[in-house]
Amino acid sequence: MDYEIVIGLEIHVQLQTESKMFSWSGTEFGLPPNTQTDPVSLGLPGTLPTMNRKAFELALKTAVALGAEIAPFTKWDRKNYYYPDLPKNYQISQYDLPFSKGGHLEIPPRKDGGGGTQCRLTRIHLEEDTGKLTHGYGGLSEVDLNRAGIPLLEIVSEPEIRSAADARGCLEELRLTLRYLEVSDCEMQEGSLRCDANVNLHIHKDGQTIATPIVEIKNLNSFRSVEKALLYEADRQYKEWQKNGKTIKDAPKTTRGWDDDLEETKPQREKETAADYRYFPEPDLVPVVVDAAWLDRVRQSIGELPFARRKRFEAEYGLSPYDANVLVEQGQDVADYYDAVAKATGEFKLASNWIQQDVLRTIKENKSTVAEFPVKPEGLADLIHRVKRGELNTNQGREILGRMIETGEPAETIIEKGGYKMVSDREAIAAAVEAAIAANPQALEDIKKGKKKPEAVKGFLRGQVMKQTGGKANPAMVGELLEARLAELVP
Amino acid sequence: MSQDTAVAMLARMESGEVTSEEIVRSLLDRADHERRLNVFVHLDADHVLDQARAVDRRRKAGEPVGRLGGVPVAIKDLLCVRGEPTTCSSRMLKGFRPPYDATVIDRLRNAGAILFGKTNMDEFAMGSSTENSAYGPTLNPWDETRVPGGSSGGSAAAVAAGLAPLSLGSDTGGSIRQPAAVCGVVGLKPTYGRVSRYGLIAFASSLDQIGPFAHDLTDTALLLKVISGRDPRDATSVDLPVPDYSATLDTPPEKLRIGIVREFFGEGLDPEVASAIQEAVKLYEKAGATIKEVSLPHSKYGVPAYYIVAPAECSSNLARYDGTTYGHRAEDYSPKYPGEENIAELVRMMMVSRAEGFGPEVKRRIMLGTFALSAGYADQYYNKALQVRRKIRGDFDAAFREVDVLLGPTSPTPAFKLGERTADPLSMYLSDIYTITANLAGIPGLSLPCGFTSQKLPIGLQLLAAPFAEETLLRTARVFERATDWHTRRPKTA
Amino acid sequence: MSLSNDDVAKVALLARLRVSPEELSTFTGQLNSIVDYVAHLQEVDTEGVEPLAHGVEVRNVFRDDARGEPLSREDALANAPKRNATGFLVPAVLD
Repeated sequence: MDYEIVIGLEIHVQLQTESKMFSWSGTEFGLPPNTQTDPVSLGLPGTLPTMNRKAFELALKTAVALGAEIAPFTKWDRKNYYYPDLPKNYQISQYDLPFSKGGHLEIPPRKDGGGGTQCRLTRIHLEEDTGKLTHGYGGLSEVDLNRAGIPLLEIVSEPEIRSAADARGCLEELRLTLRYLEVSDCEMQEGSLRCDANVNLHIHKDGQTIATPIVEIKNLNSFRSVEKALLYEADRQYKEWQKNGKTIKDAPKTTRGWDDDLEETKPQREKETAADYRYFPEPDLVPVVVDAAWLDRVRQSIGELPFARRKRFEAEYGLSPYDANVLVEQGQDVADYYDAVAKATGEFKLASNWIQQDVLRTIKENKSTVAEFPVKPEGLADLIHRVKRGELNTNQGREILGRMIETGEPAETIIEKGGYKMVSDREAIAAAVEAAIAANPQALEDIKKGKKKPEAVKGFLRGQVMKQTGGKANPAMVGELLEARLAELVP
Repeated sequence: MSQDTAVAMLARMESGEVTSEEIVRSLLDRADHERRLNVFVHLDADHVLDQARAVDRRRKAGEPVGRLGGVPVAIKDLLCVRGEPTTCSSRMLKGFRPPYDATVIDRLRNAGAILFGKTNMDEFAMGSSTENSAYGPTLNPWDETRVPGGSSGGSAAAVAAGLAPLSLGSDTGGSIRQPAAVCGVVGLKPTYGRVSRYGLIAFASSLDQIGPFAHDLTDTALLLKVISGRDPRDATSVDLPVPDYSATLDTPPEKLRIGIVREFFGEGLDPEVASAIQEAVKLYEKAGATIKEVSLPHSKYGVPAYYIVAPAECSSNLARYDGTTYGHRAEDYSPKYPGEENIAELVRMMMVSRAEGFGPEVKRRIMLGTFALSAGYADQYYNKALQVRRKIRGDFDAAFREVDVLLGPTSPTPAFKLGERTADPLSMYLSDIYTITANLAGIPGLSLPCGFTSQKLPIGLQLLAAPFAEETLLRTARVFERATDWHTRRPKTA
Repeated sequence: MSLSNDDVAKVALLARLRVSPEELSTFTGQLNSIVDYVAHLQEVDTEGVEPLAHGVEVRNVFRDDARGEPLSREDALANAPKRNATGFLVPAVLD
């Protein structure tokens, strides 16, 4: 099997606005059918669209962040086709003068060594979303127009993604970027991020490259299904080509739907008439001119994006790419939190460990967010300082953090109330060391006879000392005194 | 009383001589009596009386009643009135009641106007005779064997027949000015963007504009002021101050530079119409106007450009009537003609609903527009028409550098006979030959009565001005109106 | 150019209009005469002329992103030719 898979993505993203693209009803997901409409989004006779400034600005922000070229002049066009989820039977969209061209998506590096490249974008344009159809009402379909008119960004990539994992990667990176930008919540399950994939194969045979017919895959409603469907489709197309030898020149583009349960793509019914969208300029709206000042304001509103942030975490804090990614991919809040703790403590690796192991775990368990997390970066930094200074050992620190989360009180209060002060009394610890050795004569024997490695025995004895002191002994001092005493006993 | 102007009615109500209720009762009686003219497609007497009584109460209590307090205004049946039938004289919208008011309706309500019924029209405003109506034609009050013009024939006839002192129409290619001319009333098409289109059921969005009908310019100025101005719900409504047209109406323009459009006096112009227009020119000369012949060289391409642009937009605007969320849905859409069994049920439902709901002229224009926008033809037809449109606008811009107002006939002929042009779409289209270019260019125009033919049919004088120069247009027209009495003539109705 | 009955039938399908065979012939004749008439436009030299899509050429007309009162479901569905308690009903759409 000598072939390459060639993938182009067509991504739709709902923008996070209060009201619809061209009218005033809301944009919430999951409301009862037909309770989020207005005369304009129903396409009632006589109604006219008016442009939502916020939607246009979010679109601009996205395009600028993705490195696209912003058109100084853009207009709206009508895309005419009949479908019951499209109340006017035309979609207000952009045809020959979209607001943005070019740009690229990052494909983050993966553990398997793949990724680490970019995928170029053809264009980004703004349009209105359609309604929804539900089937199975006694041979009828129900039309729900709650979604009709929600601002929708269409992002079209060049057909140059070369693996299913890359396709998934660049989609995940897009989601992260758009969440950083606060442009969209990008919930694939709720349809605020949707993706169709155009895919075919370049088969290498006898020094020639043969392209198979292009298939558009629809119904991809999770990142997992994007990857699976592309893998499935590559295999299917290869077998199909082996059977009938059809190339891109012999067959038109077809559409297949991904079935998540059966894990296969199935052909979709072709429309009666060839698509002829009869685009023309939308006469009810006026064009938009974007000047340099506006573009500057948009640029200034864009913070550090995930890709840059990962790089900075690696360079500035010396984090491994893995750690940097974990902190960045959780979202802007987490990365900001880390930044604050790292800067306050100067303990970059320690801060990363605490956040990954304790903060993120708690948030995940409580299904909450960093914003809701009761311990602010200063509080965690204070705790890390105390551990680092040897006032507390790690276990104590953990326990205290748990109490801080429960009570919202600072570490200091909890330490005072709970007697968490670490025992750093040399005599007391020396006595505990002595007692531990006396209570475990076998341990000393093991070292002497070389039955066990000295380090293992030391670890065991250290544990015994901690146990005796109720976990409060200064671990550094325990190590030091134990080492000294053993050196005397086993010369 | 029914032939009074709005201003006269207002004066009589203000003096306490009559109430709005008395006025609308008398008009309701008259509407009943003149039923055969087929002016109204919907007129709810109780609803009209309720509005009138409410204004009377406010007036009696000394509260402000608005510029049109208690004055009845008839409404073309393509303006949405909340909860009231709004059908565009189409079977497609039989029983349709919009859940919202058009912006102009809001403005009329705020001005205290009485919404006095919905008037007949060519279906979806496509036509020049009001014969393309699901409710049958409206008759011209001056000669009931003739058409009232169109598409706003009902609104023009309502004023002419004294069924309402004021009415609203819409003008996409001449649909206010041409019926005003052939019904002997004043009709004004404002600059594109002067009046909000929100709630005007669209025919061709880049050309449609709502405007007033009245007996004279004083009433026209009053109604224009009420309906004009920027509306946040219409992105194409322009944010420019609205002058008080009434305040300056009687002051003649300082400079009266009038251009006579050479191209408006060519082949097809009725000689009686031509001579009435020549008389008007003489009158302006006497009034001290500078008269200059000007040329609009691309005028003859107005009708062909229009019959690409308007149908193209119409094919898209009318796509929404598919029997899905509102409007007519066919009962039976099973396959009937060869090949239909291969068409999905849903698609057939739409095709049959549309075929049943629309009349032949609407279908013809939808087909023409669909063709003009379709792949392979859009460049040759649609894009070419838009380029020619720019040339037409350029002609006007050049002319308005030399003169302030252009003058010519509104319609090449007086009212024609019912049925005379229905078989030949092209002959009907040529009724708008002098009005259509103003829509393509977006400039304002008005028609005012300027005489009668030997058969006692009204003749209309058309004046055109630069964008947003409605004030100049009205003041210039007023010079003519003050010197003549054509606007005081009324048809002898039964 | 001249449109055939077949061309016109395709346009009718695209425009979602059922036409009977008789109507098709009538429309074909009428559309051909209109198309011949509008062909006069080709006489105009429009080399380099910007199309004019709009009488007024204004720019950047926006509204603020503010939510207003939605229609009640009853108002939204009031004009539906066929409906159930929650939505508009249409003949089944097959994917």
